[in-house]
Amino acid sequence: MKMNGAGVWLRGISGAVMAFLYLPILVLTVFSFNDSRLSAVWQGFSWHWYGVLWHDAALLAAAANSLLVGVLSTSLVVLLGLPAAMGLERLRGKGVRVVETIFLLPLILPEVMMGVALLLFFVMVRWPLSLATVVIGHAAFNLPVVVVLVRARLQKLDPRLEEAARDLGASAWETFYRITWPLIRPAVLGAALLAFTISLDDFIVTFFVAGPGSTTLPLRVYSMIKSGLSPEINALSSLLVLLSMGLVGLSLVLQRR
Amino acid sequence: MNDLSIDIRALVKRHGETVAVDHVSLQIRRGEFFSLLGPSGAGKTSLLRMLAGFETPDAGEIHIDGRSMADVPPNRRPVNLVFQSYALFPHMTVAGNVAFGLEMQRVPRGEIAGRVEATLELVRLSDKRDRMPGQLSGGEQQRVALARALVNRPAVVLLDEPLAALDQQLRQQMQSELKSIQVQVGITFVCVTHHQEEALALSDRLAVMRQGRVMQVGRPEDLYERPENLFVARFVGASNEIEGVLASVEAGTGDLLPQGLAPMRGIRVSVPAGLQSGAPVVMTVRPERIRVTPGQGAEAGGNCLHGVVETMRYIGSEWQGVVRIGESVRWTIHAPNAGSGNRPVAVGAPVLLHWSPDDGVVIPLI
Repeated sequence: MKMNGAGVWLRGISGAVMAFLYLPILVLTVFSFNDSRLSAVWQGFSWHWYGVLWHDAALLAAAANSLLVGVLSTSLVVLLGLPAAMGLERLRGKGVRVVETIFLLPLILPEVMMGVALLLFFVMVRWPLSLATVVIGHAAFNLPVVVVLVRARLQKLDPRLEEAARDLGASAWETFYRITWPLIRPAVLGAALLAFTISLDDFIVTFFVAGPGSTTLPLRVYSMIKSGLSPEINALSSLLVLLSMGLVGLSLVLQRR
Repeated sequence: MNDLSIDIRALVKRHGETVAVDHVSLQIRRGEFFSLLGPSGAGKTSLLRMLAGFETPDAGEIHIDGRSMADVPPNRRPVNLVFQSYALFPHMTVAGNVAFGLEMQRVPRGEIAGRVEATLELVRLSDKRDRMPGQLSGGEQQRVALARALVNRPAVVLLDEPLAALDQQLRQQMQSELKSIQVQVGITFVCVTHHQEEALALSDRLAVMRQGRVMQVGRPEDLYERPENLFVARFVGASNEIEGVLASVEAGTGDLLPQGLAPMRGIRVSVPAGLQSGAPVVMTVRPERIRVTPGQGAEAGGNCLHGVVETMRYIGSEWQGVVRIGESVRWTIHAPNAGSGNRPVAVGAPVLLHWSPDDGVVIPLI
């Protein structure tokens, strides 16, 4: 294909941006296979650091915490977000925009603010910081994510389908169970996967609301870096990148259906 | 047993400022194919949605099979709606769609299978039973939507512009199919349409609606032959009109003295009861009732007006033209195709328009 000058430039700039975004991750991944104590010099291929990961008890505990928080906060957020999205979709009148904005505010609110606010809240109600407060914190910033994604699907749903079900004798619950739910299920699962991924990766809010014994994976990585860069972190980060990409990819596939 | 299927009494529905349905009263008989005909915004869809239970009337009552429908939710009404967009459940097979209503009514499994099969056979879709709706053509989707309603054996099937989404050829075919299915099952059909030809062809009776009000109710031939007002005359078929004043009314006939025209002799019309000499009226004649002859000399008998041909177009089965009468009156005429593609009359030529006094319908001007 023959390209004009603008085309060449566009390709060049796109390539540079992609490199800027992904080169560090690529380097990190490559060096996770480095057979050396020091991160900077390539000494040959090895699975060694992945083995070290597997025997790091503190790290495994943090991973278990992260998974637990992810599963619980995602469940909570779907249980709250699905009815919220359906409610917003049915709402008519002047107040709708206001309610909608309030729901979506956490998406644009600086995360530090959310972290501080949640911490102050838990202190105020005298709720000791624990895994439970982390779960609630994650649910707080993931709720708008689920609401937005589920609503996007609901808006594409023909309202006549629910009317048709009612017309054919279905109760409100039967209409949801037989018609609405099967049609929005992929979008809800996709939203849940995305929320799970965000929960798994979150550092800032978790940093504020985690108590002793509720260290999650990102918090553990942070404390490991403080005691010096080890290729073990490279290995761990590579695994997290792989997991996140996989989950987000799956989420996108589900939402496109 | 009472043969009234639907009894609508002084129904009112407002949408904000506008009155969508304005004191409509209609009686629809059991087993009747009844159409609501009107332009968009006439309130026919609102009326249909109130029958289905999706909208609540602001005043008035609906009785179906003698039972008041006030406070009866859509899922408890003995009616099923065929949506304009069909609204087939995209995640269920054809058979699954058709079975849905029976499952909701807790009909035993064995009976469901049999009834679904019989209904699919009725709409000639037995071989498509395991397809998904997305794999069907428009006409097939339409038949699934119909089957999904019929299988429940409702007291009334409601149809919202059932053929609007189909192309012209399929439309004609589905028209006769719809009618023959309705006759076979003997269920009351109430059909909303803005397509007057369709309404005439399908209906046993129809109501013409305008701005929320019923303008006239009757059999297709009543509406076409004896329109009670100008709106019906113009909306159902084409209408050729002359304004004037009645004179020498006697025993159901009289003369029309047209305004601003000098007919070669008095126009004889049949006069509906209640109209006296001196009443201002409009006379309307259907295009196909007018006979066009070239020349200027009047024939004996019947009504006759002079005119000049303005346009003439050939549509195969006949010629359609416009003839100017006097200064500003224009009439549409249909002349049969007499063969060999010859124009019955030339453009610009003086012609005579003849019609029988029985074909001129007199409508009082209020």
